[in-house]
Amino acid sequence: MGASRFERFEKGEKPLFVPFITAGDPTSEITVELALSLEKVGADAIELGIPYSDPLADGPVIQRASSRALQAGMTLEKAMKLVSSMREKGLKIPVIIFTYYNLLLQLGEERFFALASENDIDGLLVPDLPFEESGELRQQCQNKGISFISLVAPTTSKERLKQIGHSAKGFLYCISSLGVTGVRRELSSDLDVFLKKAKEYSNVPVLIGFGLSNKEQMQSFNDLCDGFIIGSRIVSKIEELGRELIQLEKRKEALESFEEFVSSLVPSFVYR
Amino acid sequence: MINVYPDTRGRYGMFGGKFVPETVMFALEELERGFHDAMEDPLFIENVSNELIDYSGRPTPITFASHLTERLGGAKIYLKREDLNHTGAHKINNAIGQALLAKRMGKKKIIAETGAGQHGVAAATAAARYGLKCKVFMGEEDIKRQALNVFRMKLLGAEVIPVTSGTGTLKDATNEAIRQWVGSVDDTFYLIGSVVGPHPYPYIVREFQSIIGKEAKQQFKQLNHGKLPDAIIACVGGGSNAIGMFSPFIEEDKVKLIGVEAAGKGLDTEEHAATMAKGTLGVIHGSITYLLQTEDGQIQEPYSISAGLDYPGVGPEHAYLKHSGRAEYVSITDDEALEALSILCTDEGIICAIESAHAIAQAIKEAKAMSVDQSILVCLSGRGDKDVHTLFEREEFHDGSK
Repeated sequence: MGASRFERFEKGEKPLFVPFITAGDPTSEITVELALSLEKVGADAIELGIPYSDPLADGPVIQRASSRALQAGMTLEKAMKLVSSMREKGLKIPVIIFTYYNLLLQLGEERFFALASENDIDGLLVPDLPFEESGELRQQCQNKGISFISLVAPTTSKERLKQIGHSAKGFLYCISSLGVTGVRRELSSDLDVFLKKAKEYSNVPVLIGFGLSNKEQMQSFNDLCDGFIIGSRIVSKIEELGRELIQLEKRKEALESFEEFVSSLVPSFVYR
Repeated sequence: MINVYPDTRGRYGMFGGKFVPETVMFALEELERGFHDAMEDPLFIENVSNELIDYSGRPTPITFASHLTERLGGAKIYLKREDLNHTGAHKINNAIGQALLAKRMGKKKIIAETGAGQHGVAAATAAARYGLKCKVFMGEEDIKRQALNVFRMKLLGAEVIPVTSGTGTLKDATNEAIRQWVGSVDDTFYLIGSVVGPHPYPYIVREFQSIIGKEAKQQFKQLNHGKLPDAIIACVGGGSNAIGMFSPFIEEDKVKLIGVEAAGKGLDTEEHAATMAKGTLGVIHGSITYLLQTEDGQIQEPYSISAGLDYPGVGPEHAYLKHSGRAEYVSITDDEALEALSILCTDEGIICAIESAHAIAQAIKEAKAMSVDQSILVCLSGRGDKDVHTLFEREEFHDGSK
């Protein structure tokens, strides 16, 4: 059952590490392999991004991944079914479906929840569904044992931060910088004030994401949060390795260099 | 009553709302407060009004299309002449309003999206007039197709940013403008071009465009001994000229409201922009409305010969007006629009925009079926100078081909 995987989701010796990959980039089969690789190098959960024609919250790297995956024919339904393949191959960590709202609307909520339970899905994150519009869906997720992941930003008002923090499930996603996803060299210096507030109001682990790209950034926030979400940096590595990943004879090597890259990205204390 | 919309959630019935990333919420909240304050400030209202008069040349007249009416032998056709605005279309009404709002909110820069470049030109114009820096996001495909408008924006001092994401057209330029706005909201105002996007944009743009309908209502009554038109017709892409025209008439139950979408090469083809006729309910640019999309929910690229109508969504208030039955939405093909354009040229001496020609084409159909004591008011949203090169490439506009 999905929710149980998140029950053990808390910061232990090491900060939590949640990578993001786009389903179907470069192919469905490789997405499954990449998920297993990520678990192997210490991921505590995976955000599985569903490609969308108009990804408003995403920067160029994830936009390109989205286009590649769409060309490969990926859909929300197919992506959810991929999670079953991941489980069959031994994936144990929670999987969160990251989808824009329109895709969910067109699939239909009923169908979504049926697929979520058939395919062992643990969480749902809808980046363009703000708190005010998500009430019903959050309730449904609660009933079906799916963790509905909420986001807060440094510009989120105190009142909203309180509300969102209190109702957060799984983990609270703190957006570290304004704008879109993507690597940034510098993060705002007020971030610690924001993270402290977020921790104060949240009943679940507080993770930061958007713009994270190196160990130094993560080390500096380790005391202020429970973990990290890394997207664009990982997705751009997949883009770089795309051709090798597709060729069967080079895949193993490519996956190894992917694992090595991800390992180098996160601070050593992330590792078991 | 319909005019109380949008509600506090920015909804028009089930349509509209704010379906945006959390990072955008603050910017929208600030905008909502800024707009609300401005509309309560008599000085701001007066300032906008004066600029519309002294700078854009309002009020625009209503012209009785006597020869066209005579030719059809049915209802009298009147034209609300938005083509006589500064920059040649209704777009400037909104650009002036929002640019002054930006200034009032203390912003130094504006960003805008543009498809064919009409809104980009209007935004660049207003930015120049009010001393704001201006960046216009434009799909790289559109930049290629609309080189002259790109040049116009540059002449006006704006920077044109090519957008390569997605299909490189209006919808992608809109996405990119929203993305950029979120990262720079402290000094930047996003000047949206139509009654689309997340709340409060559809509301703000309606309020700034409703000058069209307010003037028209008064002018028409004066011309017709206090009578109102039997029907009002306007073209609909995102739908800002249509909402501006319809808005003050919504409460007049006897006035039929007709929005005209682009049927492109025909509703039975893939190449059209008929969101109301062929679209389904979904979310585009932060708003629930009808849109052209695949079964899976990927947004599809629309087509129309008129760049101003090829938007894959439609303003949420239009979706609501259709849903509630208050307005009717029809569609006109490229060929029908061009024929209407040609008739208007020779009958009335007006070269209208191809967008507006869609409304004229529908008026021609309606007028024939109506009696001589009835009348139709058409929103002639823009002039056709920008389209002359498109017309030039069509055989039917050259000697001997007709």
